[in-house]
Amino acid sequence: MSGPEPTPGVPKWVYIVAMPVVNLAAAFLVSGLVVLLVGEDPLEVVKILLWGAFGFQEAIGYTLYYTTNFIFTGLAVAVAFHCGLFNIGGEGQAYIGGLGVGLACLYLDFLPFPLLLLSVIAAAALFGGAWAFIPAYLQAKRGSHIVITTIMFNFLAATLMVYLMVNVLIEPGQMSPETREFDAAAWLPFAHEALAWIGIGFARSPLNLSFLWALICCVLMWGFIWHTRWGYAVRAVGGNEAAAVYGGISPARTIILAMCISGALAGFLGVNEIMGVQHRLLLDFTAGYGFVGIAVALMGRNHPVGICLAALLFGALYQGGAELAFEVPKMTRDMVVVIQGLVILFSGALEFMFKPYLEAPFLRRRQVGAA
Amino acid sequence: MGPEGGAPPAIELTGISKRFGAVQANRDISLTVAKGTIHGIVGENGAGKSTLMSILYGFYRADSGEIRIDGEPCRIHAPRDAIAAGIGMVHQHFMLVDTFTVLENVVLGAEGGALLAAGVAKARAELQRLERDYALEVDIDAVTGTLPVGLQQRVEILKALYRGARILILDEPTGVLTPQEADHLFRILDGLRKQGVTVILITHKLREIMAITDTVSVMRRGEMVAHLTTSETTKEQLAESMVGRKVLLQVDKKPAQPDEPALAVEHLTVADDAGIERVRDIGFSVRAGEIVGIAGVAGNGQSELLEALAGIRPVRQGCVRLSGAEITAEQRRDPKEMRRLRLAHVPEDRQRMGLLTQFEANESAILGYHDDPAYNGPVLMNRGTVVKDCEGKMGLYDVRPDDPLLKTGGFSGGNQQKIVLAREIERDPDVLLVGQPTRGVDIGAIEFIHRRLVALRDAGKAILVVSVELDEIMSLADRILVMFDGRIVGEVAAAEATETMLGLMMAGIDPSETQEATP
Repeated sequence: MSGPEPTPGVPKWVYIVAMPVVNLAAAFLVSGLVVLLVGEDPLEVVKILLWGAFGFQEAIGYTLYYTTNFIFTGLAVAVAFHCGLFNIGGEGQAYIGGLGVGLACLYLDFLPFPLLLLSVIAAAALFGGAWAFIPAYLQAKRGSHIVITTIMFNFLAATLMVYLMVNVLIEPGQMSPETREFDAAAWLPFAHEALAWIGIGFARSPLNLSFLWALICCVLMWGFIWHTRWGYAVRAVGGNEAAAVYGGISPARTIILAMCISGALAGFLGVNEIMGVQHRLLLDFTAGYGFVGIAVALMGRNHPVGICLAALLFGALYQGGAELAFEVPKMTRDMVVVIQGLVILFSGALEFMFKPYLEAPFLRRRQVGAA
Repeated sequence: MGPEGGAPPAIELTGISKRFGAVQANRDISLTVAKGTIHGIVGENGAGKSTLMSILYGFYRADSGEIRIDGEPCRIHAPRDAIAAGIGMVHQHFMLVDTFTVLENVVLGAEGGALLAAGVAKARAELQRLERDYALEVDIDAVTGTLPVGLQQRVEILKALYRGARILILDEPTGVLTPQEADHLFRILDGLRKQGVTVILITHKLREIMAITDTVSVMRRGEMVAHLTTSETTKEQLAESMVGRKVLLQVDKKPAQPDEPALAVEHLTVADDAGIERVRDIGFSVRAGEIVGIAGVAGNGQSELLEALAGIRPVRQGCVRLSGAEITAEQRRDPKEMRRLRLAHVPEDRQRMGLLTQFEANESAILGYHDDPAYNGPVLMNRGTVVKDCEGKMGLYDVRPDDPLLKTGGFSGGNQQKIVLAREIERDPDVLLVGQPTRGVDIGAIEFIHRRLVALRDAGKAILVVSVELDEIMSLADRILVMFDGRIVGEVAAAEATETMLGLMMAGIDPSETQEATP
């Protein structure tokens, strides 16, 4: 009754549409109470939040820029999840993926742009995937729990990056641990620049062409998981390992494959942040996106369409929240984090809380029909 | 024998019934056990023994019926009610915390306060008394997980006695024990009986019933079919009432025309996940054009044998030959390679292994063959072909509903089994392994499945059937091998086999010892 499995006889939309909407409504309801408690008008707060996220071109640009990051990390978590693995290491994989992006942009900037772009994407996937490979190998061959190892690899990634930035990659003669700015030829065009080429004016924002790559990744992920034999193997191992073994699928190889793809997807965050926005390699550009990706994947039910919607929601919360903190003094940055936390709590941890209540009308009707 | 006459019976069950969905696990069961006796309950797997004991111990609540303990009506709705009524249970799978010491395990749930010290001290004294009184020697400070299973079982018994049990239920207690450990257990049970404890022993091993019990009840298909005094009965009589005398599901088949051996097994030894040898030095062959049946009570090595033959479980010793290839401890082959050697496998437990309940039916219908170029383009899987392929199989095997897009878990057990059978049989294998072909399958589907298997045999294929259903083995197989305790204890041509004879062999008794009883 209260398990995650759909109950037969209940229409699918109850799970796909009604449940997330009700969860979200509950989260916003409680958020509203918190806002009241602080002494602000919840309706006013919602208005500012929405306006801040979608009200003007720059806001939309920022929202979609955040969304891009959440799509990458959400897809990363989802791919691993289909294999029955909880990849908590998106943060570290994104960090190292960004390192790959930075190195490619620094040292391959002589390439023509299309080739450079391909190299950057390959480097992000390679570095992110490699960082996920080690925990995957340890899980597959040694049984070390992936949750523990990926968490530890987040710390390792952070430490490694500090070392590299402070000691190796830092631009000589300056204080902050950053590389030189990339050659302008190695910058991923911003959305406002790209739109200008086709004669559309758009306000300046960090939104860049990696957004398109994120959407392409959604399609690729969907095709991989549901329309290839490798995706079949991934889902089989995640669904029932004994059956997978019976079917001649090697769980170890499949776990490694799924985690490497997961790490590669997380690594693409670097394409957005490093090649698209910062144009230099620096510290802490992952800013927790890897962790929020877990909530995005959970909310999006590990399906690319759901992930896009959930990523958009979190993108809007990030951008609208920033605007809110700016406009309403009592709604500090921390209050916005509280709202985000409530969304994660209700859509993630308490995902199935309302399930019995939402199913009840359909089950009751069926009983009446049977009687 | 225990005290007779005036004293009320320790246990009195009247009219107990229990239904799980469509399955009537217990039907109007009555049972009386006198105080201070050992009472055996025998029956095949699925006869309802464990359900009945779970009702007595409060895991399930009976749909109807009454329980009296020491003559008093007793409402047992949860295990704590049973414990309060003086009932203790030793489960087939131990309920112990491996990392705790014996003492800690015994105290668990009966700590007697927020702070452990007082309860533990009391428990230590009490345990030492129990160990002395009942000859239950265990090092109470040893870590439970490090003890051999025989000793872990004693911990379970101690646990029950510590909670004041005067009635002890043991569910298949010797299943995990060596013969020596089993003998020791019987000495302990004898000691308990002398102290006035009432023991209920659930088992399918007739030898144990004869050796230790005072009275015995036989269950079959959810009903009590006999209450007997052990000294007045025989193994043969028990075997017969256990297996039953019902009409065979007749399979219409011509005599087999066996050809060359297609699958040969020599000196095969296979271990389970815990490293215990479950298949011990067995040899047999299956010829093209015959069905060989392996009979036996579940848990006597059949599962491990099937898994080894299918490439899922490594071989420890000996070898398997098939299509000119050998599988040995050194030469491992995974299930994929076995399929390439034209071996197909319908696993015993379809839900655990044969299918993925959360997959669409068409996806489950290609498990193991998902790499086949027929289903795949260079990158993308050709889902259209897969669905069409599944549609065809569903028509052929009359799977209902015939919707390839429905989740596999949404089909009934019988239809799930048809999906697995269709997948494996339609590959036209040379050797087909089938575990429990009709477990949980309704009558109509059983006949259909049997006909398909016989048709495959008549097409010159070698088929190995493992089933715990004697009827099924007898009607389906051309030759019957009986497995007991990892060995093949006998081989009979199906035409000459009788249920009594097979029942005895399944209980580990050589029928030649009791030849006069089986005409």
